[in-house]
Amino acid sequence: MYKIDPTRMDLVEEFRANPVGNHSADLQQMLNVVRAEPFPGKYVLICVKPHREWVLGRLSGVRGDPVEILEDRVFTRAEDAEWEVFRRRWKALTGECLD
Amino acid sequence: MIKHKKIVGYTDRISAAPGDTVGFMVSCYDGVTRYRADVVRLISGDLHPEGAGFKETVLDTPAAGDFPGREQKIHAGSHAEIADRTPFSALSSFTLQAMIWPTTPQRGRQALLGAWSEPEQRGYALMIGDDAAPMLVLGDGQGNIETVSTAKPLQERKWCFVGASFDAETRTACVVQVPSVEYPLADSTAEVRRTVATNAPVTVEAPFMIAAVYDGETGGRAIGAHHYNGKIESPRVANRALDRETMTALMQRPIPAGLLPAVVAAWDFSRAIPTVHIEDVSPNRLDGTLVNLPARAMTGHAWTGEEMNWQHAPEQYGAVHFHEDDIHDAGWEVDFELVIPETMKSGVYAARLASGSDEDRIPFFVRPPRGVRTADLALLIPTASYWAYANEHMAIEASDYEAFSGHLTSLNPEDLFLNSHPEFGHSLYDVFTDGSGVCYSSRLRPVLNMRPGVTISWVGLGGNMPWQFNADLHIVDWLEAMGHDYDVITDDDLDAEGLPLIDGYHAVMTGTHPEYYSTRMWDAVEAYLGRGGRLMYMGGNGFYSRVAYSDAVPGAIELRRTEVEFREKSGAPGEYYHSFNGEYGGIWRRIGRPPGGLVGVGMAVEGFDICGYYRRKPGSHDPRAAFIFDGVDDDIIGNFGVVGGGAAGIELDRCDTSLGSPPHTLVLASSEGLSNHYFPTVEDCLVVSSGLGAMDNPQARGDMVFFETPNGGGVFSTSSMSWSGSLSHNNYDNNVSRITDNVLRRFLDPTPL
Repeated sequence: MYKIDPTRMDLVEEFRANPVGNHSADLQQMLNVVRAEPFPGKYVLICVKPHREWVLGRLSGVRGDPVEILEDRVFTRAEDAEWEVFRRRWKALTGECLD
Repeated sequence: MIKHKKIVGYTDRISAAPGDTVGFMVSCYDGVTRYRADVVRLISGDLHPEGAGFKETVLDTPAAGDFPGREQKIHAGSHAEIADRTPFSALSSFTLQAMIWPTTPQRGRQALLGAWSEPEQRGYALMIGDDAAPMLVLGDGQGNIETVSTAKPLQERKWCFVGASFDAETRTACVVQVPSVEYPLADSTAEVRRTVATNAPVTVEAPFMIAAVYDGETGGRAIGAHHYNGKIESPRVANRALDRETMTALMQRPIPAGLLPAVVAAWDFSRAIPTVHIEDVSPNRLDGTLVNLPARAMTGHAWTGEEMNWQHAPEQYGAVHFHEDDIHDAGWEVDFELVIPETMKSGVYAARLASGSDEDRIPFFVRPPRGVRTADLALLIPTASYWAYANEHMAIEASDYEAFSGHLTSLNPEDLFLNSHPEFGHSLYDVFTDGSGVCYSSRLRPVLNMRPGVTISWVGLGGNMPWQFNADLHIVDWLEAMGHDYDVITDDDLDAEGLPLIDGYHAVMTGTHPEYYSTRMWDAVEAYLGRGGRLMYMGGNGFYSRVAYSDAVPGAIELRRTEVEFREKSGAPGEYYHSFNGEYGGIWRRIGRPPGGLVGVGMAVEGFDICGYYRRKPGSHDPRAAFIFDGVDDDIIGNFGVVGGGAAGIELDRCDTSLGSPPHTLVLASSEGLSNHYFPTVEDCLVVSSGLGAMDNPQARGDMVFFETPNGGGVFSTSSMSWSGSLSHNNYDNNVSRITDNVLRRFLDPTPL
């Protein structure tokens, strides 16, 4: 099975520059793992103001259970939230911190 | 900081003509006790920073005003209720029995059949207990409750005979459990008999129910409790305690003559399948009603697999599948009404409810007076597709949605509300608590993803790809901005009235995602085109799946998914034929009517991360297409827009003779710029290999097309769901707007094409 190579900072930078859309094959393979984060605790966006403000949330995976809402940071670009979630997952998957 | 929904509502009708009365049902939460209601005409729900903006006009109507608010509940869960209580209310001795196929036997107490009052704890019922075993419950309403259980757990998704008897003279209760197949080591056959202390049952006033027990009433309707998940077939009631052998005899059809004096009721669910009625085939004719649309035309315990069509072997389709989370009609009380004034222009409207800290807009559509056209253009609102996706909540329960869509899921207040109110029900894309697929969806409940400004959680990063109702408002906004007159009609109208509804319009324009079509709708559009009509197909993934409306089940549609289509869940084997009308379900392409035969293109590819654009093809320079590109010199069309950034995106259709495209179909442009997160429709992937994504797969594209139809008609297909998101760019002065306007003006001109 594919394993994330924590030294591939080129892929990290590619994601940071363009989190959504077409990606190189290597980045896509990595994202297949990163975005497959399972329940419970899977990150989502919670819309505060349509098209303008979001916070992060975490899903339980069970309908009816409340969505955990993390209101400490408001994102005015959804791409910034993508990067923040990527950083958190990267830490969980590789043990490495990204700036 | 996060907005919470505190007020929601729905209408009793979705389309109304002048003179019709629309009732509005409202429910309030979190201490909201009053709200302001106004009727507004909706023009645009576009909240994108670079979009057309949110546009609505408040109307002066008698319906406007301040109203008291209170919570109105939805009581989800399906069951059967028998109207006549008398034969069941004073049964001293009895037998209850049925074939069952439980889907969640481990999910706690679930009622199978009986006359039991939950508030009074009185009556008798055969249930599944907390130990997953069948049990008889007897209660006298004085606090004396007896349960007799087999103590052997039922097997999930396995047919089993269950029966319970009570002999009042000897106070002997018996529970029988006989699985259709006894698996090695399963040990699930049982017959438990014992004397009980109580004299129950005494008289019970609760109605006899199947798949639930009576839990009081609200608004004149009985409420169920302890809803059961799974199939029930051939439920029977007898007026004495039958032994196991006689119980088995009572399952026969017809009922053995010797048992006729004993039988109280013997329901045969294979009768009246297109309805919500259940028929008692005993001489007593104690017919009943199914509440909240449990699934009918379900395979029964004797289904052989030789026959797939319930109409050919109804005796093998005598099962009803009940779900604790079925919902048909919320049944709320009407809060206010609007009589559509004669002067009210056909259009898209809403009741705007404002409670101070929250608001809701309940959309409805005003059609022209019946038999009258007030414009040459009809905008056909794809309501069938709205109902198909009503209240969908896929991404909140399936962890693979983020990888599927290529971005984080983004939840709105509406999504959070639905998550905390599962009783608001499912879309045709969701699965029930028991894991089975949903095949009915109703508009008789608040449909919170059919709202101006509301986006969908998994389409576009941060909700940047409005779709369905909200995207269809882009078309409304464009028609208004360009000064085109239009009548608004809906799929619900088209199914009910057929060709006469659209006959005579110079042109008909679809919405952005007219995916679901009933046969009557399809036939009407086909006939319209055959008579020289002109159709502007303004979306993608249109004319894809067959649904059924029902005169017997108002407000609902049915979709039986089959084996090959984009879907969350396939139909179960043998259950591909609609219960509403007996038609085979699934995609039109597999029914011998590929969508290309109607609109020149058919479903090819979908993706939910970014949108691409169109590049012109040689066909765009054909003299037949000159009117389409008049004033358009660009080679690239629609590399802008508020839906994903481009006019070619989300779901797109391809011109392909194998998809039914007529030989003279003119391909005007083809999509480019789709990411490798765009994947072909599964029916094109019968063999799976690498290189499926749109970057590597020439079949995974959209084609904008035009072709002439008989008698001077024509079809123009944008073949893209995001096309309409580009219309307002640069103050409506752009090549997407120009092409759309060129086509519309020519289509409105009655000169034959």
